Amino acid sequence: MHIKNKINNPLVKTMSEPDVLKTLQDASLDVLTCMQCGTCSGSCPSGRYTSLNTRRIIRKARKNSDMLHDDDLWMCATCYNCQERCPRGIKIVDAILMIRTIAVHEGIMLPAHRKISELVLKHGHAVPINDATKEKRKDLGLEELPETVHKYPEALADVKKLLESCGFDKLVVKKQE
Amino acid sequence: MKKLSLFLGCIIPNRYPGIEKATYLCLEKLGIDCSDLPGASCCPAPGVFRSFDKSTWLALASRNIVLSEELERDVLTICNGCYGSLIDANNELKENAALKKSTNTHLEKIGKKYNGSADVRHIVELLYDEFGPEKIKEMVTTPLNLRVALHYGCHLVKPSKERQLGSVERPMFFDELVESTGAESVDYPDKMACCGAGGGVRSALLEKSLEMANHKFSRIQDAGVDCIVNACPFCHLQLDGGQAEVKEKFGLEYNIPVLHYTQLLGLAFGFSPEELGIDLNVIKNDEFLAKLKELAEN
Repeated sequence: MHIKNKINNPLVKTMSEPDVLKTLQDASLDVLTCMQCGTCSGSCPSGRYTSLNTRRIIRKARKNSDMLHDDDLWMCATCYNCQERCPRGIKIVDAILMIRTIAVHEGIMLPAHRKISELVLKHGHAVPINDATKEKRKDLGLEELPETVHKYPEALADVKKLLESCGFDKLVVKKQE
Repeated sequence: MKKLSLFLGCIIPNRYPGIEKATYLCLEKLGIDCSDLPGASCCPAPGVFRSFDKSTWLALASRNIVLSEELERDVLTICNGCYGSLIDANNELKENAALKKSTNTHLEKIGKKYNGSADVRHIVELLYDEFGPEKIKEMVTTPLNLRVALHYGCHLVKPSKERQLGSVERPMFFDELVESTGAESVDYPDKMACCGAGGGVRSALLEKSLEMANHKFSRIQDAGVDCIVNACPFCHLQLDGGQAEVKEKFGLEYNIPVLHYTQLLGLAFGFSPEELGIDLNVIKNDEFLAKLKELAEN
């Protein structure tokens, strides 16, 4: 192969770039069997209203071209229609989730998702309680705080320890250079 | 049926406690042995945390399952998202020894160990499997003469390989449970379509997410129903609170009441809308409440 072609060949990745295709293949998410029929895009409820084109994401993954900065990645509502209907049996949603994982580990995360992650780090709940709900709970005859980490500080401490052990606290603050 | 522990998740106790109350009332009425699950956290939410970092997702999910293992009880979920997250994590950990081992290294630090001795259930499949529509029908004291638009929610039935609950295109089991209350489950176009909230779309791209919800509202309105019924508080939040947001952002008003299945069942067991927290929804529909009152009096 001519050197120039080799450099331009997206299948040949440099050391610093994550090899998305290889990661997917290693996880048995065989996007190479995709025949680009478009059943996924035709089945996508998000694609009716957003720019999400599932077929294009899979095409990019097949070519191993950069998709980590593709906004479409975050428009999938994970309804699994595409995955259920794919005639090749490709686990499309699982593949999209895995590409998201690679993006997040590269420091690419939407601000809203960073915020939800911070809520879990702080409260152990992605949707923590608020004063209005405390009132509603009392009106219903329930205890003000539910039987969750909200009521048990030692349980919350355990959750925080686990998140730290997994390095999630560092992952959330990681930003792409 | 094995004894259960109730996994509350985030949205039910922290936004829609009426569903929590309705669940307690229904479980008691059905004679199901279900305890609290003290100290549980976020499941964590499958569409976001699972896609951010798998080891974090498995560590938090397994901790919640371990809490139930320690009580020698199966986990009962009342949310499609919690169900999806916990059952998928449980299956992966049961099947993959390496994942189980690496997850246990994290759990060790808090003195816990995942064994794989508990199963994860969703209240809808549990009621269908353990009771069945006929038995529930026999227990109904206030038959509900209502037209219902049922919203299954994606993660109750999909991915089907993990759920094994039959057809994902035209499932019937939940419709049968709705009809066991005396209500009619009305067919409508795009009934199985997503509410638009999952995968972190609602949190990051609210307007796009609401366009998906609006599509459902328009189809449901055309079907002419008394209320929407779901089995997932995130769908519930999107379908109830979402109507107010659609009104504000797109100027479209629907005013369709939204009930979790435990609230519908609670009505059929003779509990009042106030006891079930139906009046605490964002959508306040007096006509619907008057109809419920009428049904209760007859």
